[in-house]
Amino acid sequence: MLDIKKIRSKFPILHREVNGEKLIYFDNGATTQKPKSVIDAISNYYKDENSNVHRGVHFLSGLATDKFEQTRTAVKDFIGAQHNHEIIFTKGATDSINLVANGYSFLLKKGDEVIISELEHHSNIVPWQICCNNSGATLKVIPLLENGELDMISFEELISKKTKIVAVSHISNTLGTINQVEKIIKKSHEMGAKVLIDGAQATTHLNLNMIQLKADFYVFSGHKMYGPTGVGILYGNENALNLLPVYQSGGEMIKDVSFSGTTYAPLPHKFEAGTPNIAGVIALKAAIDFVLELGVENILVHERKLLKYATDEILKIDGLKIYGTSKNKTGIISFNIEGIHHYDIGVIIDKLGVAIRTGHHCTQPIMERYRIPGTARISFAIYNTTQEIDICIDAIKKAKNMLS
Amino acid sequence: MKSITEIQEKIIDDFNMFEDWMQKYEYLIELGKELPVLEKKNKKDENLIKGCQSRVWLHAEKVDDKIKYSADSDAIMTKGIIALLVGVLSNQEPSEIMKAKLSFIDEIGIKDQLSLTRANGLVSMIKQMKIYALALNNENEN
Repeated sequence: MLDIKKIRSKFPILHREVNGEKLIYFDNGATTQKPKSVIDAISNYYKDENSNVHRGVHFLSGLATDKFEQTRTAVKDFIGAQHNHEIIFTKGATDSINLVANGYSFLLKKGDEVIISELEHHSNIVPWQICCNNSGATLKVIPLLENGELDMISFEELISKKTKIVAVSHISNTLGTINQVEKIIKKSHEMGAKVLIDGAQATTHLNLNMIQLKADFYVFSGHKMYGPTGVGILYGNENALNLLPVYQSGGEMIKDVSFSGTTYAPLPHKFEAGTPNIAGVIALKAAIDFVLELGVENILVHERKLLKYATDEILKIDGLKIYGTSKNKTGIISFNIEGIHHYDIGVIIDKLGVAIRTGHHCTQPIMERYRIPGTARISFAIYNTTQEIDICIDAIKKAKNMLS
Repeated sequence: MKSITEIQEKIIDDFNMFEDWMQKYEYLIELGKELPVLEKKNKKDENLIKGCQSRVWLHAEKVDDKIKYSADSDAIMTKGIIALLVGVLSNQEPSEIMKAKLSFIDEIGIKDQLSLTRANGLVSMIKQMKIYALALNNENEN
């Protein structure tokens, strides 16, 4: 059993007030709060270690480079990948997807097909639309079932030898559904297609092992796993990454530059042009250490408990409907109350200190599927408690009373 | 007919009577509910003001040299704000609307709380009201 009180004490922001009330932060799907160790790592870097990486001969540059590369090893171990050079640092999950989709716009041609799903975040839709527009390939979409799961029968019908890449999320940011990515990867590989998994909502909520999962690409963001904003990861298996053309170009990513032609650096530097977010990368290791100290398994148990408790309690509110009712889901509850706009709920409970997300959550196709303009969304992290859920539900009831 | 400034002063006085945010919000909800219904033919996509969180429809017409606004939103809090704006600017002369400074929004202490500037396109709402005034005014001159 984790000591949640002790864990909470490590997050300075959880001790502040909002609108005169104690902050209850239930917008973890958008970004998690940061433990002091992560905040300190950023501050220490600038106070004590600041120097550019991979290029200096001097002491500090060596120190910064060592720490930067230590994060690469920590990420590799955290997601169970095989090689350090399969870990590419990016700005975030969106940037990672753009890197791959941009590469594929050069690799694909007319007649090829790309498969995504109806429950994707816009950042796993728009890059593929652009990729298909640029390459002439066709975009296919796996439909969503009423309970928020992907229609796997349709997927089997959609995939063919024409499919070159399948891009789906591991967990839906709006519905919480854990998609059957193992099945999708197996089937896609049988057809000779590569697979990109958007793991933005999965890290720290599921145990990850790239060697077992066999995804060709797996992307996620540091800031949704207690780390800093502006750092993301593109994991790619060596072969899949080597097939991709360079994305951004400049310093760091080259081997030799001359006007008769330039050769590129090997992985991972081929995809890391320019000075990276060094402070962010170094602090990401502090976030990983924080998670490992707690244990992903333990985090899972706690978040499952919160999900079950919150689902049972929130459904007692008359006229409330939850979107995303798969048995296989993580700590995300998207809901609407009959006759009340989600935005009105959000602004009122904000006044009571409860932070949730309202709107379409960058997943307009899901909203279209359910024929709603948006939802209110609660999403959990390790520092949340059942007492906070009680206060949140009371706040929702108060809002409902004011609005009915 | 009261001037834009007079109406704003009245709103500020009304809000000064409330003791806490909850009373203010309840009042806004009331105003939202009382906002005259936007005619169905005017609740069309062309009249939508793109906001991030809730949809807002705004219609304007010229009646006896004055601009008459009608509006709607699917969120009731937003509707309350619209009711205030319509109350201030509707039935005024276009030239008055165009130069109006809507100071009441800051003074009644709801702007920050509702983070309307971005979330609900309050700025776009006011801008659109002024654009209508300008357009309908020009129509007349032409």
